[in-house]
Amino acid sequence: MPRPMDLMTAWLQAQLPPDAQSWLADQCTRLEAGASAREFNLAISLVPRRLGKADLVLDAAALAAAEVARPGWDPRGWSLDQAGRLVLLLAGGGQGPEFADRLRQLFATADIAEMIAFYRGLPLYPDPERHEARAREGVRSGMKPIFEAVAHRNPYPAESFDENAWNHMVLKALFIGSALAPIQGLDRRANPTLARMLCDYAHERRAAGRPVGPELWRCVGPHADDAALDDLAAALRSADVAEREAAALALAACPAPRARELLAQEPGLAAAIETGRLAQPGDTAR
Amino acid sequence: MYIDTHTHMISRTTDDYEAMAAAGVVACIEPAFWLGQPRTNVGSYIDYLSTIIGWERFRAGQFGLRHYCTIGLNSKEANNEELAEAVMEILPRFALKEGVVAIGEIGYDEQTDPEDRYFRQQLDLARELSLPVMIHTPHRDKKRGTTRSMDVVVEHGLDPSWVVVDHNNEETMQEVLDRGFWAGFSIYPGTKMGNERMVAIVRRYGAERIIVDSACDWGVSDPLAVPKTAELMRRGGIAEEAIRTVTYTNALAAYGRSGQMREEDWLNPPPIDQRTLYMGNSVLRGGQEPRVALARRRGEEDLRIE
Repeated sequence: MPRPMDLMTAWLQAQLPPDAQSWLADQCTRLEAGASAREFNLAISLVPRRLGKADLVLDAAALAAAEVARPGWDPRGWSLDQAGRLVLLLAGGGQGPEFADRLRQLFATADIAEMIAFYRGLPLYPDPERHEARAREGVRSGMKPIFEAVAHRNPYPAESFDENAWNHMVLKALFIGSALAPIQGLDRRANPTLARMLCDYAHERRAAGRPVGPELWRCVGPHADDAALDDLAAALRSADVAEREAAALALAACPAPRARELLAQEPGLAAAIETGRLAQPGDTAR
Repeated sequence: MYIDTHTHMISRTTDDYEAMAAAGVVACIEPAFWLGQPRTNVGSYIDYLSTIIGWERFRAGQFGLRHYCTIGLNSKEANNEELAEAVMEILPRFALKEGVVAIGEIGYDEQTDPEDRYFRQQLDLARELSLPVMIHTPHRDKKRGTTRSMDVVVEHGLDPSWVVVDHNNEETMQEVLDRGFWAGFSIYPGTKMGNERMVAIVRRYGAERIIVDSACDWGVSDPLAVPKTAELMRRGGIAEEAIRTVTYTNALAAYGRSGQMREEDWLNPPPIDQRTLYMGNSVLRGGQEPRVALARRRGEEDLRIE
């Protein structure tokens, strides 16, 4: 079975002009043979200059191969320089503590584009448990693209974050205006504490006269207690169609009998959910 | 549209970014310098350089400005040799980052031996990595220090057309231009250059290889110095083409040699720039040539900087 690094190399070679192909192959050979720290750092710095920053073109077969090589790995939206940097990191990073140390050093002097690449690469690194603190630092960032490199289309948080880290990542997404649907495992990792935190957040927003992103109800529904059902009942009467739909979907996901009664008050939305016309957005969050 | 090639934005507020964007500044360059006080260890240098390639670049993008920077060991801190040695070790790790348009600002402060040694080492680094150089000319013994800086650049085999000599005045500029370097002028109240003097210089010498910047930092300085000086030149009858040359075109030509700064960065950014979340310049979106009068909150009637 091909490794993620082999797949990325093949995708890059298919898309790059000959001189960039040979530069990448040459660097891989040198780094795998054990280059100095200076050579390693310069090679990773040079990637966008040598490979460019165009989108990585991936067809359905490539995405299927990615899923086989590393379940949950989702390279959609990656660029040539991001894939190129990860190929060189995996080629020259070594194993175990050595890899973690090299990655730490790279992060210490990384620019924004590099940080996005290194965070997107989290599911591909050896010894995933060694990178948990780093991933949590990523979702603490005030820079939205850095946050999203960890949180969106990435299997790492759902696999590695404890409940508190997970809950704060979801809440932070709402704070910085980042979508929830691209978070892998959003439904699977929903929990009563998160539902309570989100309802408190919705109350704070309402008290301040600020809008509430309707996506948050998705994580409330499955664990809604009586107080949360009151909030969902209010959201179901919202003037905003998106919020009414989000509330209806959340109620449909709630096992409490009162949820079914509330949803029955909106027969149009209930029927839309029943027939599948209305469903949660996102193909990764489940 | 203006480019300000010398701004220490980490010391400036969001009011400044808003005012700069409103006045038509589309891009700024943040030269690596000291913090107004000496650093005590290389760790704070690493974090500083990370800030100017990362957070500050992102922050500028939120206000519709493209942010670039230069990487270097400044002349003041070159005199702390333990620190300087450690900084020289880590500079190559920063010099090729996205948006790094030069090695700088480097040069002399008191013209000591360590300053000379690390200036030379950094000129070699710039040549090795094919990067332009931004030279900080000293405040004291300025004329001799400027001449010496250029002598050393030539001695190390750099092409003067890749080197900007900044903080010029009437006494230094002739030699800088004669020897083929770019001549930067920092419009900085009280110490460096006033902008009425700047208008007189452009009137007398023309626009070729002259670059006007603000050098705004933590001191009393003005982040609108470039648009204000442009407006003062306009009112003084300087041709629009010459104004554009000294406040935009030359800056792009000099620092664009790095390959890291292109006009399309601000004119045709991708609709959603995932890397920087660049918000686009609202003045550019309006499609009109911006004027300094658009800037708010900042005494727009007073164009003079003494």
